Amino acid sequence: MLRLVPSRRPRKVEVVETNELQNRNLPSSNDTTTADSSQHALTCRYLQYSINERILIDDVSLSLSRTDITVVLGFNGAGKSLLLRLLHGMIKPSRGEVLWNGRPCNLAIRRKQAMVFQKPVLLRRSVVDNVRFVLENYGIHDRSRATELLEHVGLAHLAQRPARKLSGGEQQRLALGRALANEPDVLFLDEATSSLDPASVRAIEDIVMDARRRGTKIILVTHDIGQARRLAGEVLFMSNGRLAELAPANAFFENPQSHEALAYLEGRLP
Amino acid sequence: MLRNYVFSLRNFRITMQDLGQSFALAMRLILDFDADLFEIITLSLHISLIATAIACVSGMMFGAFVAVKDFPGRSAVIVLMNSLMSLPPVVVGLIVYLSLSRAGPFGWLGLLYSPSAMIIAQVLLITPIIAALSRQLLEDLYQEYREQFDSFALSSMATVRAILWDGRYSLITVALAGFGRSVSEVGAIIIVGGNIEHFTRVMTTAIALETSKGNLDMALALGIILLLLSLLVNAMVSTLRLSATRLGYA
Repeated sequence: MLRLVPSRRPRKVEVVETNELQNRNLPSSNDTTTADSSQHALTCRYLQYSINERILIDDVSLSLSRTDITVVLGFNGAGKSLLLRLLHGMIKPSRGEVLWNGRPCNLAIRRKQAMVFQKPVLLRRSVVDNVRFVLENYGIHDRSRATELLEHVGLAHLAQRPARKLSGGEQQRLALGRALANEPDVLFLDEATSSLDPASVRAIEDIVMDARRRGTKIILVTHDIGQARRLAGEVLFMSNGRLAELAPANAFFENPQSHEALAYLEGRLP
Repeated sequence: MLRNYVFSLRNFRITMQDLGQSFALAMRLILDFDADLFEIITLSLHISLIATAIACVSGMMFGAFVAVKDFPGRSAVIVLMNSLMSLPPVVVGLIVYLSLSRAGPFGWLGLLYSPSAMIIAQVLLITPIIAALSRQLLEDLYQEYREQFDSFALSSMATVRAILWDGRYSLITVALAGFGRSVSEVGAIIIVGGNIEHFTRVMTTAIALETSKGNLDMALALGIILLLLSLLVNAMVSTLRLSATRLGYA
């Protein structure tokens, strides 16, 4: 019995026997034949996540570039946010592994990553104290660094305001500024701009692009095709917990290779 | 039927007169800075505040730890914490009495019939209340923060510190519940304190004594002062919490 992974794109197709896939031993993390750490920031191998025998992420194997912004697209329930959490090490996969620069995800690697959620979770403190909290967690006690970060995200004038009294856009900018406190190697954004107005989206995207220029790898989940077109260097399309397509952004938007991606881009309802 | 009604009405009128007289007496005692009264109030506050402070430190830390940590038997610990909230004061008093009496394991400390013994009894009584209420409150807060804290890869200790700080205004209400239980408690402290005049007599034990002596005016006056004190503390805490909520810190 044959299975195609992913579905239609010829250059990405990997034909494997299902039984072979199930029985295959995972290579060790030192195996350099599959983990090309010089070109890829991230390599995932046979990643699976299930709860109560229900498979939510199914056999995802991929390699993401070191520099491009990776945009994760897919319908609701496709497993995009779950994949992000698996990559960030917030949850452990049921099977498979995630390698960052060829090494398994550990605490030291996780502390050089950051994540911004759809709904910013701000502490019940002032704006500046929210940033200081994260800086202190990373052992940075330089108080001027908090001010620098707030200036960077345009919130320095609101430093003493209670964080939870800011507008939605300001809250998300604060969450982003806080995420950048440790100059992370990787920044995950889980639909971080989904409930913001265009001006706030623009402000967030500018900060994200600036972070990318400084060398931070960006992986973002969005439903906004326009945003995906603006930011994406490569697109990862998820469907029903499986990787349907991973391609450079231009190729993906011009000629999607999977039926699901085509339907998504054409705005067809699933 | 009518006779019973008239009788009840007369009793009610007498009671209201008593209350009025007691209130006047209470005001006179307060305004005259009655030395005995202030000694009793000071000792009551002293014991209750120390007991509440100790119970807050231990109970809130323990509650926060249970709120954020997943460990085997956690559910059983939560059931136990909740059950201990309704610990009978006289049982606590008896246990502390047996422990501190000369033949008991801590008899050598010589603490029986002293304010320290009363503090120990009150700490045992209110720590479970503070721990259980804190656990519930902080667990709700932790659920809100959980993903973000996971993303920061925070240690358990840092998480406990963060939720204790962020829950501070809500925890004041928990502390208040503990203080309320402590200042109004009589069963345990009368056993371990002995209600000794000028030494271990507090408001509640004084009220019990004055009532048993038939000195209802004094008992009611002390009761009114106890109520006023409780009202004052509640008003202060409510004001603090309201302003914290308005500012987005609670």
